[in-house]
Amino acid sequence: MDILKKYFQVSVFLAFFGLLIVVKNYIGHADEEESVAIGKPNLQTPTTQTPSAAVTPVANTTAPTSTPNNSIYKDGTFTGSVEDAYYGNIQVQAVIQNGKIADVLFLQYPNDNRTSIRINSQSNQYLKEEAIAAQSANVNIISGASDSSFAFRKSMATALQRAHK
Amino acid sequence: MKEEAIIMGMPVVIEVVDPEVINSDLHAVLNYFRDVDEQFSTYKETSEISQINDGKLSPGEYSLEMKKILSLCEHTKKETNGYFDIEHKGKIDPSGLVKGYAIWKGAQMLLKNGYKNFYIEIAGDIQTMGLNADHEPWRVGIENPFDRTQIIKVVKLSGEGIATSGTYIRGNHIYNPLTGEVSHEVASVTVIAKNVYEADRFATAAFVMGRGALEFIEKKRELSALLVTQNKTTIKTSNFTQFELT
Repeated sequence: MDILKKYFQVSVFLAFFGLLIVVKNYIGHADEEESVAIGKPNLQTPTTQTPSAAVTPVANTTAPTSTPNNSIYKDGTFTGSVEDAYYGNIQVQAVIQNGKIADVLFLQYPNDNRTSIRINSQSNQYLKEEAIAAQSANVNIISGASDSSFAFRKSMATALQRAHK
Repeated sequence: MKEEAIIMGMPVVIEVVDPEVINSDLHAVLNYFRDVDEQFSTYKETSEISQINDGKLSPGEYSLEMKKILSLCEHTKKETNGYFDIEHKGKIDPSGLVKGYAIWKGAQMLLKNGYKNFYIEIAGDIQTMGLNADHEPWRVGIENPFDRTQIIKVVKLSGEGIATSGTYIRGNHIYNPLTGEVSHEVASVTVIAKNVYEADRFATAAFVMGRGALEFIEKKRELSALLVTQNKTTIKTSNFTQFELT
């Protein structure tokens, strides 16, 4: 009987544990899975190296934001260069408010065929988030499967150059 | 010294941190990339690859460089059990290999000129050499394919190549030649190898393999990989940790 009891206890424990995992997964999917989000702290590694990540717009979302007076950007609307995204052109406009990037508008993006529209309707949202939540990654280079995003970054970089005080 | 350019619609970055750098050495590499684009771009009607696809060139008329690339593609196809395949709907597109090959050749150009500390990147595929400006291994962030404001991992590289293959931008350019389907299971695959040529071609093939990629790469000891699956989990090969900075 003791064995049976033990077996039952173990079963209850396993079932509970299983449920925990299911619930955790469910919650995880609603937001961002833990294992994917772990990267954030990596960006805060405590060296004093200057961010030189190729063309990523510079700012930091996690560090306390600097007061508008200290901002490197002046307020206004700044248009970026037209960049070739392989299947068409990308051109962005950055809106700076209180020294921060408040919005990014796409003046041009490829829309001559359905594929391009589909590709861009998926990627534009990411790209917007990227600029608005612009970060200063303490890395030298970034590896990603990105192509049009680079055209975006390039255009964005020139817009921000123009916004520079 | 850092040079940036858009070639093949993709950003190219070359950074050399050796103290005495001659600008024209960097430009020579950029010009080499432009030549590669002229020859291999399937988006240019005048390129050799387009002429082959249009039936205007017979195999005997192919340039030496083209023959070399095509034989490397064939070799890679065998090595990946058919997953790396440049043929699609009767046309060939070797770009899944050319980019890594070109970066590696560009790196060799710099090595020949005596440079020891640099990196070359074309659209997220990178060859590192030596150390960065802080005399440390190059710190390479791996992008989260679901949220590009995030870096999911930072690796330290010194002499290795790294390449990431994923679905989201050029849509259908990576498909599974065995089923004709676009791979959906895996969001991105990052491969680290002894050079970017190896990393690029295996990242392309591994992405098509989906989850099976992990087993494939695990068997190849000289490769390390990090997979991000569509359900937003990361999986890595056992030898990936040696590169992890955090």
